[in-house]
Amino acid sequence: MTATTLPAARRRRIRPARAALHTFLVITALAWFFPVLWAVINSFRDYDYTTVHGYLSLGGFTLDNYVNAWDQGRMPVYFLNSLVITVPAVLLTLFLSSCAAFVLSNYSRRFNLVMLAVFLAANLLPPQALLVPLFRLYTSIRLPYWISESGSLYDSHMGIVLIHVAFQIGFCTFVLSNFMKAMPSSLLEAARVDGASVFQQYWKVVLPLCRPSLAALATLLVTWIYNDFFWALALLSSGDKMPITTALQNLQVSFFVDYNLLSAGSVIVALPTLIVFFLLQRHFVAGLTLGASKG
Amino acid sequence: MHPRPPAPRGPRRRTLLRGLAGAGTLAALPALAGCSTRDPNTVTLVSNRANDAQRTAVRDSVDLFEAGSDHRVEINTIDATSFQESINNYLQGTPDDVIGWFAGYRTRFFAERGLISDVSAVWEGLEGAFTDQVRDLCTAPDGRQYMVPDSTAPWAVFHRRSLFEENGYEVPATRAEFVELCERMRRDGLEPLASGVREGWPAMGMFDHLNLRINGPEYHLELLDGAHSWDSPEVRSVFGAWAELLPHHQPDPLGRGINEAQTALVRREAGMMLCGMFLTHVFPEGEDLDDLDCFPFPEFDPEIGADAMEAPVDGFMASAAPRNPEGAHALLAHFGTLEAEELYTAVDPQALPARVDADISGLSPLKAKVKDMVDNAGALTQYMDRDSRPDFASIVMIPALQRFLSRPDDIADLTATIQRQKLSIFGQ
Amino acid sequence: MASPGTAAAPPAAPPPPEPRPRRPRTALRHDRADRISLALMLGVPALLVLGLVWIPAAVTVVLSFTRWDGIGGLDTIEWVGTQNYVDAATIYPPFEPALRNNLVWLLALFTVPTLLGMFLAVLLDRELRGGRIYQSVFYLPVVLSLALIGFIWQLVYSSDQGLLNAFLALFSNAPAVDWFGDPDINLYAVLVAAGWRHTGYIMLLYLAGLKAVDPSLREAAAIDGAGPVRTFTSVVFPALLPINLVVVVVTVIDGLRAFDIVWIINRGRNGLELISALVTSNVIGEASRVGFGSALAVVMLAISLVFITIYVSTVLRGAQR
Repeated sequence: MTATTLPAARRRRIRPARAALHTFLVITALAWFFPVLWAVINSFRDYDYTTVHGYLSLGGFTLDNYVNAWDQGRMPVYFLNSLVITVPAVLLTLFLSSCAAFVLSNYSRRFNLVMLAVFLAANLLPPQALLVPLFRLYTSIRLPYWISESGSLYDSHMGIVLIHVAFQIGFCTFVLSNFMKAMPSSLLEAARVDGASVFQQYWKVVLPLCRPSLAALATLLVTWIYNDFFWALALLSSGDKMPITTALQNLQVSFFVDYNLLSAGSVIVALPTLIVFFLLQRHFVAGLTLGASKG
Repeated sequence: MHPRPPAPRGPRRRTLLRGLAGAGTLAALPALAGCSTRDPNTVTLVSNRANDAQRTAVRDSVDLFEAGSDHRVEINTIDATSFQESINNYLQGTPDDVIGWFAGYRTRFFAERGLISDVSAVWEGLEGAFTDQVRDLCTAPDGRQYMVPDSTAPWAVFHRRSLFEENGYEVPATRAEFVELCERMRRDGLEPLASGVREGWPAMGMFDHLNLRINGPEYHLELLDGAHSWDSPEVRSVFGAWAELLPHHQPDPLGRGINEAQTALVRREAGMMLCGMFLTHVFPEGEDLDDLDCFPFPEFDPEIGADAMEAPVDGFMASAAPRNPEGAHALLAHFGTLEAEELYTAVDPQALPARVDADISGLSPLKAKVKDMVDNAGALTQYMDRDSRPDFASIVMIPALQRFLSRPDDIADLTATIQRQKLSIFGQ
Repeated sequence: MASPGTAAAPPAAPPPPEPRPRRPRTALRHDRADRISLALMLGVPALLVLGLVWIPAAVTVVLSFTRWDGIGGLDTIEWVGTQNYVDAATIYPPFEPALRNNLVWLLALFTVPTLLGMFLAVLLDRELRGGRIYQSVFYLPVVLSLALIGFIWQLVYSSDQGLLNAFLALFSNAPAVDWFGDPDINLYAVLVAAGWRHTGYIMLLYLAGLKAVDPSLREAAAIDGAGPVRTFTSVVFPALLPINLVVVVVTVIDGLRAFDIVWIINRGRNGLELISALVTSNVIGEASRVGFGSALAVVMLAISLVFITIYVSTVLRGAQR
């Protein structure tokens, strides 16, 4: 029983406890928010000012750090790379995993468990464990230069997209197949009677009903893929193809020891995920906890 | 009956879904982004010279090349440390035609494995332009050249001239004078030797210099080449001497990046720093940079002297199968010309021309002084990670040197550990 | 959530409330086109997962018995049996600290962030003024990449310019603490940053789990006169069992895959050795000790597979019911 449904007498007794609870939560929340806040504050401060007065001072506020971080850090290039990797990877993952989930949940009873196990487990493997063979594979797959400037899957955005898709399919298939299994079977039967092909059943009947799950998964995938550091580090070699998260380590060099510039850079890099976080918070939470709320 | 909010419901937003329809076709998006028809006259160049001044210098030099040639150059700049970490894979992938890199063991290593191609033809036009030593550094055991050198960034002990003048410090020539100066600086409230080795590799500089002064350059190069045991009195004496100097270093070097240590010198918090010429990138141009001065690492043994010097040579290599071989060689030849080297080194504050015939009259006093030190050096070495196998230098020596810095007291165990790993990497 | 997908582990699905009649899943009248679509719809994703994940993992196991610098053709591979494993265990100094650090990482994530996350979830699982704001603040770090977190915390930890030392200097004259450089403390400093993120994630998982707890159970306990603590230990916690499993697995997998943050700080050396970083520096660095690096990767693979197997079998059993 919680306080809201209790009689007034009892509620009054609980008040001090509530106050203590709020005090605890406020203090913890402030401590939690502090590192981000600190980066934001420093990002607006002039380096020469903080050098002289120290960081525990006030004043020397400026917007220059953002301008400099954007230019010196060559952010537009890296952001474009992140976009060009994230968008196709997310869409392709959702498309392929919903296909697989559709087949597994409706048709292939025998392989269902085995395939789900194979898919889901793949999602949890440590990426380092695949690195060497994957690298050899990527360099040996030659692509025409009009597809990949590097002439192979290695050092191409397409290669990064593919490995993200391969890794994330497992989780999405699992979530979506759970969701699809819970759908009433009469829907598909009706479509079958109407003579719809398998693909039409998937595309016209099942997929539209999966929208809520797909939206939640999309939010999660955008965050994860945007935040990836390792694959781009391992499978890209051109500085100008790096997505923004991996480019962070180059920024460390170009920003030297100017921590204010570094803060501005960090805030800029965090911005897309923060926007996702604030606008689509509900989807994000729903995505993380999908399995719990859906049978 | 219960006040609890319902379990999170599936989100309803349709907007996110709209884009899904095109999922299949969008898979081609990354391909489109990289879609450009390649001009057969294009030469691609990867440059690991990523500081602002270096970017400008490379650009200027390439502009000069393009002005006198039909070839167009595409420059791909990547920060030096990241490039170092990926070069192995990079060269096996689909590398650019021309690659900025380091001379010595690290060029030879790739030449022996066929990852870069012979550029002896370019060298034919460069006869007499470089010393025999620089030529050897660019030559693989097959007797052919694999790199066109363009510049060098030597190591020395750097300091602010004004700080020395204000405090009446004298440039030390011997170990005793050096230690005495350090002690004096500490009494004056300065950190005598700036030190930041978070990246790992900067720690190698001190080992190299002490080994050069205590055991001599010949022994040093043989040791790094795997010819001697690391578990020896010679190596232990190097670590012993280092341990004695440690109290004069900035404390806690392991958490400090090399840039942060350099900043301590800029800010007059530290008195000196053993570093490469790349230190100049941190000194603001003008007053500060003009105040920067240097001297050779002091003598430790009169019989060995102090004329050996680390002068890592940088240059350019050609990939194993350049897509534009003719253009690649033309660009390499350009980087070896007197004009290009003078142009480049005038802009990049860390670089001295590698050519012997470069005009040094226009050099800054600091550069002129270092150039003079290089010309009169008894022996030139490259740096530990360029004079030894890269796997040994990075996998064995970096952790070993970091361990030494955090626990300088068990040298005997340290050298035994290095030797065991050395045997496993170099083979018996 | 060290890298995309770690967090992917969804909470185990509770069994559906009532058994549904089995619907016919085999379609009787599939024409050729339908069979082709079915094969493609399952085949393409399966091919990607097998070809880019499982087969490379298997090849890594094979490579771990070789000595190879990764350059040149496959004919330059030299078979050395278990030599790499022996070398790792005997003459490779970072190996033992890496194992130990991974273990500390795990234990640390299990204690502070997990308990704190659970505690926060219990506190926030009620109608509370500003409850959503608290929740948002606690899981804000979850959306940031660990690489970026390494950057942000650098502003706090830097020994010369960081906030923490500037703050400590106000109160004492003790020498500055080298948070990232001192091998005795840097792991813990980094763990604070990693735990900062992990806590929000755990809180989120438990919040979802708590919402799924049947409220009538609690009401029954309240009527029996059980206090909040007893209600939690005897009613709520047992009902959270599936979530607990998820939390264990997520934490183990996260602990093993932790990489970005130490790599950004110092390439995983000097007190921050983790197996993932050792594999990476042996394999992708200039060093290129492919066989040796693969042996280290297999150690990682073996440990994760144990937990993955437990997890996947439990989750799928739950899903099949």
